[in-house]
Amino acid sequence: MEFSALLAQLLNGLAEASSLFLVAAGLSLIFGVTRIVNFAHGSFYMLGLYVAYSTVEYLVGRLGPAGFWVGLVVAPVAVGAFGALVEIVLLRRIYKAPELFQLLGTFALVLVINDATLYLWGPEELLGRRAPGLAGSISLLGRQFPTYNLFLMVIGPLVLGLVWLLLARTRWGVLVRAATEDRQMLGALGVNQAWLFTAVFALGALLAGLGGAVQLPREPANLALDLRSIGDAFVVVVVGGMGSLPGAYLAALLIAEIKALCVGIGSVHVLGLDFSLSKLTLVVEFLVMAVVLVVRPWGLLGKPQAGSRNSAPAEAPLRPAGNGLRWVALVVFVALAALPLLQTWLPYASVLAQDVLVSVLFAVSLHFIMGPGGLHSFGHAAYFGLGAYGAGILLKVLTLPMPLAFTFAPLVAGLGALLFGWFCVRLSGVYLAMLTLAFSQIVWSVVFQWEAVTGGSNGLTGVWPAAWLGDTAYYYLTLVLVAASVLLVRRIVFSPFGYALRAARDSALRADAIGIDVMRVRWAAFVVAGLFAGLAGALFVFSKGGVSPDVMAVGKSVDGLVMVLLGGIQQLVGPLLGASVFSVLQDSIMRATDYWRAVFGGVILLLVLVFPHGIAGFFQGLGNAWARLAARKPALLPREKRA
Amino acid sequence: MAFRACFKVAPLLLALLGAPSAWAEDVIKIGEVNSYKSQPVFTDGYKKGMQLAIDQINAQGGVAGKKLELLTRDDNANPGDAIRQVEDLINREHVDVLAGAFYANIGTALADYAKQKKRFVLVTEALSDNIVWSAGNRYTYRLDASTYMLTAALVDEAVRLHKKRWALVYPNYEFGTAAASAFKTLLKARQPDVEFVTEQAPPFGKVDAGSLVQALVDAKPDALFNALFGADLAKFVREGTTRELFGEQLPVLSIITGQPEYLEPLKDEIPPNWTVTGYPWYSIDTPAHKAFVAAYQAKYGKENLRFGSIIGYAAVQSIAAGIEAAGGKTDSESLANAFAGLNLTTPDGPLQFRASDHQATWGLYVGKLAVQDGAGVMVDTQYKPGLGLLPSDDEVRKLRPAE
Repeated sequence: MEFSALLAQLLNGLAEASSLFLVAAGLSLIFGVTRIVNFAHGSFYMLGLYVAYSTVEYLVGRLGPAGFWVGLVVAPVAVGAFGALVEIVLLRRIYKAPELFQLLGTFALVLVINDATLYLWGPEELLGRRAPGLAGSISLLGRQFPTYNLFLMVIGPLVLGLVWLLLARTRWGVLVRAATEDRQMLGALGVNQAWLFTAVFALGALLAGLGGAVQLPREPANLALDLRSIGDAFVVVVVGGMGSLPGAYLAALLIAEIKALCVGIGSVHVLGLDFSLSKLTLVVEFLVMAVVLVVRPWGLLGKPQAGSRNSAPAEAPLRPAGNGLRWVALVVFVALAALPLLQTWLPYASVLAQDVLVSVLFAVSLHFIMGPGGLHSFGHAAYFGLGAYGAGILLKVLTLPMPLAFTFAPLVAGLGALLFGWFCVRLSGVYLAMLTLAFSQIVWSVVFQWEAVTGGSNGLTGVWPAAWLGDTAYYYLTLVLVAASVLLVRRIVFSPFGYALRAARDSALRADAIGIDVMRVRWAAFVVAGLFAGLAGALFVFSKGGVSPDVMAVGKSVDGLVMVLLGGIQQLVGPLLGASVFSVLQDSIMRATDYWRAVFGGVILLLVLVFPHGIAGFFQGLGNAWARLAARKPALLPREKRA
Repeated sequence: MAFRACFKVAPLLLALLGAPSAWAEDVIKIGEVNSYKSQPVFTDGYKKGMQLAIDQINAQGGVAGKKLELLTRDDNANPGDAIRQVEDLINREHVDVLAGAFYANIGTALADYAKQKKRFVLVTEALSDNIVWSAGNRYTYRLDASTYMLTAALVDEAVRLHKKRWALVYPNYEFGTAAASAFKTLLKARQPDVEFVTEQAPPFGKVDAGSLVQALVDAKPDALFNALFGADLAKFVREGTTRELFGEQLPVLSIITGQPEYLEPLKDEIPPNWTVTGYPWYSIDTPAHKAFVAAYQAKYGKENLRFGSIIGYAAVQSIAAGIEAAGGKTDSESLANAFAGLNLTTPDGPLQFRASDHQATWGLYVGKLAVQDGAGVMVDTQYKPGLGLLPSDDEVRKLRPAE
């Protein structure tokens, strides 16, 4: 590669860095102050581009070329206003929920906004017009360089400077920084947090909208932008250090430059092997993130997260199941066992139940690490996928008999968890979550491209159960294994190991002081969760006859998170309820309407508002209230219970 | 009280879990699974095309005396859900014929399901060569032209150009890698001195167009083969034009770019000297196709057709022809037999499902891109019948696993 080509690629990287930074900046700001993991940030970006398209088309007709630039200002402001609305109408109601629960609300928003965009703008991609005055290119380093890229290169640092001034030099900025440090103290000092949060959220949305709007001359507005940009934004924010804007810019620069170099260099010849760096761009940002987080656990310029004095009340200790719950569980189990017998009347029930059971096991395994473990994982699908692919590869490539392939598959996932867990448990909070995501993306990209073994993007097929495990037998195998796993996980939670794990979650310091090796306990829990997720993956692959990389993509991990949060993270039945409700709802809504995403999102929003502690949390609350009520009327109770 | 509540909930639960719907004896049900939500541009036209064909066939008395009925399901863009929807269609809806799949991984999964359950499936769109070759089986047939056929359609033009230095750009998944490798093999066979100077495989949907175009400029190719489409293509075209990569000096061969789904978003930003495969519905001059367009626009208004429109229409035509050939029988064995060597006529012309590899000889339009009335169109189009784009029967038999 010539030196001038290298320089030119670095210039390209600068323009890309600005684009990345603009989306990431808002996310960082919002997280820093409100501690909300805002999944809908990518949707704001997408809206920014769509609104900019429409306003520019409208204004250019009336104002001429100036309309373009006016449109580029109007669109982010509109998105900012929409962000404020979202904060007031939705998020304000769920700040008091357990940590991460807000993620559920923003996930639902993603679905709703995507379908609303489809309804308003239609399915076609919309390529905006070129920027008047910056439409062409100039000759630079003997190459044609788009003039609009020069504008982009400036706007990133400019926004960085302006936001920095806002935060460092204004009273509002002082309040925002104070809120980032300790928002309860700020509240105690009499600052109206509600409006501060609204303002910060609106500013973040505005920045996302701006990020989208400035892409107008470079890429068409399309419905895939929300999920695409949210991934990038998270990576940049975390690599830079949550809440650090200069860090975000640095991270954006690092990632954009590395990508540009990968594309520029193309293929390299190492040790007699041709290696395509161009194909590496599939995963390079996640590689960067993994390396940065392993070396610097709080990102490049981040600081250790202050232990947030969480707004939600401390988690109540878990209690073993009462008799009532045991009876319900038994009835549910018997009902599920009876489903295949009802084939004539309910032909679809056992088909759906098969998938629901697999989802339940996946959610239970994720809940084990998130609830009792307190380790949030955004990449749990990796272990589900490793189980599924493990089974498939053992069966097809190593030609093991099906029962053996099935048995060893969870161990493959367990091994993955053993390796990645060692790195992950050293981190905490969102950084841990993002490292799990990075690892899952790395595994995904390997599976996606290793055509000879994994079947590449099309995946493996022909992974069917042995003949004696035909339709109904396989359903019963699933039912028995899932039920046994649920009981086993419960047993683990109430074992000494489970108590140690919960002690480590509630206070790592105190747990350490009484002789619990916190790291090792967490690591072991990570592996246990991986094993059960792997079992779910193995059950999945043989029920479908194959597997493709989507089972370990981000979407699958997010589905798992949503199931756990929906059910209630603080109760052991939470993931069972959450996974069942999620799967059955999605399945029935999907066939009921074309706009199923919006309806599904709407229903989740409703559930979020009605059950701010998850479904199981709601019922437990109800149960507790009933118990209190009953205690107040002792006459109604038998005499011996009163004592 | 709780007991009584059960009675109220039970019907609801039954509806959710899906009580069987009654089915009539004089109806043939087609169950169709596709990525409706994930690929709205294609599937919108596709659904309309299917419905148009169903209406026309039913108006003429149906197939073998029975009316056709269409049931569509969204597969949520993943094979796991697709299989569940298929089982629902079979178990609850008792469909007679299965069809569908847009994504290659879903098409491959359906093909494997067909093999395992001995259930006839017509894969309508998914392009992967595997579906009819390495994963091919008795029960799976495919309608749309495969990746190999798309690439083969452009090789004549590549040979005619006689350029030495070629660059390749394709999305980094099976469609792109298969197209690139087919192109390299086919061109090398006919022009041994060809040199492939650079290969760029950006992630699908995430092309970094600036760096990509510059890398291509720096490689100084004489010609370019492209398999990017959708948003990736629009970014690539705009950046390539700005950076003066495209022009008369660089001929570009590009698959599926001429399909309205991907051409329309580009509006008038059509670079010169691109030869593409696609679907120029506006300029196809045969009476059969004109009648199809007229009927389509009479039903749905004066809107533009999609490539999905003709595929959906031809899919239903194929199924109807297959059932007719099976003497009205719709069991999988009869259909699998009837489709082998099945001939029918679509608005594009005659078509056959080859007995050797179950691939339909779907013909392709190849033409140059140009701008007319501010929109991109294909001009100087030539129709290439599908048979000429496929390897011979003997060659594909070697590619398919033994039955």
